[in-house]
Amino acid sequence: MTEISHDLAASRLASASLVGAEAADAGPLGKVYSVVTRSPLATVGATILLTWCLLALLAPWVAPYPPNQIDVALVADPHPSAQHWLGVDHLGRDILSRLIWGARTVLTVAPIAVLGAVMLGIFLGLLSGYRGGMIDVVIMRVGDTLLAFPKIILYLIIIAKFGASAFNIIAVITLSSAPIIARIVRGVTLDIKNRDYVAAARMRGESAFFIMFVEILPNARGPLIVDFFLRLGYTTIAIGVLGFLGVGLPPPDPDWGGMVKEAYGMIFVWPHMTIIPSLAISSLVIGANFLATGLREAALDG
Amino acid sequence: MLRYSAKQLLNMALTLFAVSFLVFALNELSPGDVARKVLGPYASQSQVDYLTVQMGLDRPVLVRYAEYMGKALAGDFGDSVVFRQPVSALMFDRLGNTLLLAAISFAVIVPLSIVLGVLAGMRERGWFDRAVSVFSSMCASIPEFAMGVFLLGIFVVWLGWLPGTSPLRSDTGWSLWMQFVLPVLVVTFYDAGYLIAMVRSSMVEVMRQPYIRTALLKGMSFHGVVRRHALRNALITPFTVILLQLNYLVSGLVVVETLFAYPGFGRLMLEAALTKDIAVIEAGTLIAVSVTMLTQLFGDLGYMALDPRIRV
Amino acid sequence: MAEVLAFEHVSIAYDSRAGRQNILNDVSFVIGEGEALGLVGESGCGKSTVALAAMHYLPRGMSLTEGRIRVEGRDLARLSADELSRIRGNRIAMVYQDPMSSLNPVMPIGRQLMEVPLLHGETDERAAFRRAVAMLEEVRLPAAEAMMERYPHQLSGGQQQRVVIAMALMAEPALLIMDEPTTGLDVTIEAAILALVRDLRAKFGTAILFISHNLGTVARVCERIGVLYAGRLVETGSIATVFRSPVHPYTRGLLGALPRLSGGHRRGRLRPIDGTIQAADRARLGCAFAPRCSFAARRDCEERPVVMVAIDAAAQHLVRCARIDAVVAGSAVDGPPASATATNDQAPIVLSVRNLSKEYRLTSLFGGDRKGAVRAVTGVDLDARAGETLAIVGESGCGKSTLARIISGLLTATSGEVTLDGVDLAGISVDDRPPDTRRRIQMVFQNPDSTLNPSHSIAYALTRPLRLLRDLASGEAKAEVLRLLAQVRLPSEMADRMPHQLSGGQRQRVAIARALAGNPGVVVADEPVSALDVSVQAAILNLLGELLEQSQLGLVLISHDLALVRHMADWVAVMYLGRVVEYGPADQVFSPPYHPYTQALLLAAPTPDPDAPPVVVLEGSMPSPTDTILGCPFASRCPERIAGLCDTTPPPIRRFGEHRISCHLEIDAERAQPPAEAGGRTGMRSSSA
Repeated sequence: MTEISHDLAASRLASASLVGAEAADAGPLGKVYSVVTRSPLATVGATILLTWCLLALLAPWVAPYPPNQIDVALVADPHPSAQHWLGVDHLGRDILSRLIWGARTVLTVAPIAVLGAVMLGIFLGLLSGYRGGMIDVVIMRVGDTLLAFPKIILYLIIIAKFGASAFNIIAVITLSSAPIIARIVRGVTLDIKNRDYVAAARMRGESAFFIMFVEILPNARGPLIVDFFLRLGYTTIAIGVLGFLGVGLPPPDPDWGGMVKEAYGMIFVWPHMTIIPSLAISSLVIGANFLATGLREAALDG
Repeated sequence: MLRYSAKQLLNMALTLFAVSFLVFALNELSPGDVARKVLGPYASQSQVDYLTVQMGLDRPVLVRYAEYMGKALAGDFGDSVVFRQPVSALMFDRLGNTLLLAAISFAVIVPLSIVLGVLAGMRERGWFDRAVSVFSSMCASIPEFAMGVFLLGIFVVWLGWLPGTSPLRSDTGWSLWMQFVLPVLVVTFYDAGYLIAMVRSSMVEVMRQPYIRTALLKGMSFHGVVRRHALRNALITPFTVILLQLNYLVSGLVVVETLFAYPGFGRLMLEAALTKDIAVIEAGTLIAVSVTMLTQLFGDLGYMALDPRIRV
Repeated sequence: MAEVLAFEHVSIAYDSRAGRQNILNDVSFVIGEGEALGLVGESGCGKSTVALAAMHYLPRGMSLTEGRIRVEGRDLARLSADELSRIRGNRIAMVYQDPMSSLNPVMPIGRQLMEVPLLHGETDERAAFRRAVAMLEEVRLPAAEAMMERYPHQLSGGQQQRVVIAMALMAEPALLIMDEPTTGLDVTIEAAILALVRDLRAKFGTAILFISHNLGTVARVCERIGVLYAGRLVETGSIATVFRSPVHPYTRGLLGALPRLSGGHRRGRLRPIDGTIQAADRARLGCAFAPRCSFAARRDCEERPVVMVAIDAAAQHLVRCARIDAVVAGSAVDGPPASATATNDQAPIVLSVRNLSKEYRLTSLFGGDRKGAVRAVTGVDLDARAGETLAIVGESGCGKSTLARIISGLLTATSGEVTLDGVDLAGISVDDRPPDTRRRIQMVFQNPDSTLNPSHSIAYALTRPLRLLRDLASGEAKAEVLRLLAQVRLPSEMADRMPHQLSGGQRQRVAIARALAGNPGVVVADEPVSALDVSVQAAILNLLGELLEQSQLGLVLISHDLALVRHMADWVAVMYLGRVVEYGPADQVFSPPYHPYTQALLLAAPTPDPDAPPVVVLEGSMPSPTDTILGCPFASRCPERIAGLCDTTPPPIRRFGEHRISCHLEIDAERAQPPAEAGGRTGMRSSSA
């Protein structure tokens, strides 16, 4: 496809000025909008994510009940009703309210953990790729050792040792994801550092840090943005799994994985108590994954 | 090739040492814990101290680590303080169960992923590709416990076709065969979702290569090209990833085993973590990391066999 | 003569989210049995689409909107998939631009060759095998049977292309389509491949559709030529007619923009074609070239379709131009005027390179013990003078880019000196050079796609060096950016653009402006125009020429293109395997006596000359830079090798004044024959100077 793409690329370049001017007028938000809506998959994903974000943001106003309000009288018939759209759990707490408040937890912990991993990973990856030599060997070696641990076992070891708290969960996810991101960034850096514009920056005497963060990093944003959303999905799963295994965020605050765990024993009697939070977490991850996949496709189309 | 393997094995041994020491040091930094665990919460502090000295736990970490590794290399991983039996015996049993589940799942996942991935990727953005992409993306997005809940809801609670637990005992009224269905299904959905996407994107990439066009313009039929030119190339990249799934299948089944009360390695690790059963955690970590490194080695070797461009 | 391939008013469109675009528009031509038609045009003109359309293999989104394509009289659009399969590879076969990626990397090449007869009727594996071996011998690959077991990555680029050609000829097709078959290969390899194609054509009588951006290669293979512009065929005719008396302004522009070996030194300007091709040109009702054409008239060229008109009675020469009379009456076409100016030996030396070497040590797996070394550059001596161009010419792997990077400080030398303003810089990386030294040497890079950071604006690319190298405040820098843009003939609004909004030529201008930002003494330009189309290339070369005239800048020009070097250089160094084999003032290097390698390069260079004679072709390829060379580096390929001397003893340096040739041959005026192509250009020169 190499030669034919020449014919196409040339015509695309010729029209690039038009498209470019258009996008520039729209501003950064408009640009994001136009990229996302280009792929139906990304549109669906972004819609799901945005909905959960809005619900989480507005939890105090949209949640019909306080999330931890226990009403044992309701347990007699916990099924969905006009008062409790999604029913109540085994303690009579409103499931919808707990889901909305739970979204707050997930949507704070997961992005912070991923952002932490991304920042650490970017720093290590840039350093490793641009500097090379011993620094590279050491960083990659330590990363490999961390990656040799199966993730879930790493989580269990650390959380068994230091206890389950939001901070520890964020720390362990950051630690276990950073090596992977470092690898991605290192790969991109190795490619970009040999481009002529980096040589040009050296020719005019830019510092190594300037080259790493101003010349190289902005050109790695594509794969990083895609990876961010993929990782957001995985992290949401990881947090859910920890909750389900009983080593997640401590009760009573609502945590989707924990909700499933608490009600799992009652699946034969009241299946809705487990199925509904399971649906919630699945939808959030699907949203993140769809957005990531759609963005990657849109990027490939140029 | 031999040289490479030797180098990789050496690397592996080094990483294993690093990992085992890390875990050992992490768990043994506070020596009183073990004795306290053995004696229970009501023992006096002096009793705990006495036992700590008795067990030799007051010696420096490095000395104890050397001793531990010496024994471990001979197959003795110490005793579990929770289960009150040798760790090696405990592990052997649980690991066997997990390997069985892993083997069945692997045998389902790999052919399924390759077939769906290749069929989807050979006609990029065709309707089949679209459908498979959405399907695999959804599968990979649904956490195992959620998938377990959905399948349980349908096949156990609603239809009553399958057992809700898989303790691998015959006294539950369900055949062993039936007990495997749900765990394997959950693992398959989750893992195949990821693998299908892998194989598909590799296939898409290969189908865009100029040599595919060369083959078509030689006068070969589309299916001939897929079979003879695309297939092998498309499996090179996913091969390593496919092998790496063995890690997940050995050490990552904690959730599935917990869901279905399956007596496996993962659940043992979870219980050990919850009860701080250090000997079990250490041994389990060593095993899990060895599996990772071994699959990596085999992955690399297989990769070289598949791709003539790579020689060491 | 029976027709093999016929395009009848073919239009092809590409549908995308952005709408429909015409890729080809009303293209008609016929190739008869055994005929060879060359299609030339610049990137984006649609020439590759023609090739794929002839195979009825269009990328997704492209479709035939009008016209018919016939192969041996059969309309391709009406054939079933099975019938198409029977034609492809059998009656028409194709050779591709990038041979490496056109071959399956995990299948031995023998298998890939045997597939062709096995797909087209042969049932006996052994017969297919024999046929494949025979064909490998036809394309002159050594040890054909052993070759069958090899994988593509084990062959050199030239060998890979021979395999692809062998594969295409396996079924003895009626038509061979070659899409840029030698682009990316070195000139000597290219010459060998083109000679092979000519021989095979004579032997098998295959018709050829030869697609290229290079007018010179087309001239070597074809007898007819078609010129494509923006998806339209604008001129067709015999090579001799079109090259000698082109009619269409675009064809004239292409020929005028090309630097020539026979053209002499640059003081005469090339004639670039103004403007660039725009997306809208494809959709234009009238002439697509009108916006760039100085003869364009609104009524004739823009308001109605322009059709192909026969120039001669036999209708062999067709032109799509509405203003033929005006064009023909206008300026006559001639090559750029040759005006050899004497090289100014008095120009002060700004940069001198002495005995420069660069080695890379190879280490074993476990590090430590030395296994050998790659000698990228060995013992190079050169001088760059103020206001002049020093050209370093050679094929890929000869070390010219390494040399450029050592001079600019992106790499450091293992030994030797690079002296600028009396300071030796050879061992000092650019990161460690003092700012003022850094400012004095700047670089222009090859690839317009990566020379500018896609994340930053043009203003950024020019402001940063001004701030860092000249310490300008932001206000001053802003004004200076505008001055620099003006200096490279770019409008000031370019400052706010992003690199992707610029064409390749515009980006290369920005790169030149960036190099000039620090007021350098020396600019190293590494293949600055090799990725650009001919018409754009001419403008960049003219710009560089002007800059040299206006300033005391020393230009070090790295290039593989001899014609370009001939046009630009005051001094020339010819490199082979890391060594300078010939060095001297351009006029002397480009006239006898020659180093045998220089002579081979001159003969191999494709020239757009219908009368160019067949060439003597170098055998083999350059030795690996890891090999230990005892004697002359060129000994393994030299046609005039003296056995027992050249391969054992390093050659002496023979001096003719400033002109140095490192060769064992007794070079004197009697022995040195001018290459036939260069005949009449220069007289015999005495070796005493």
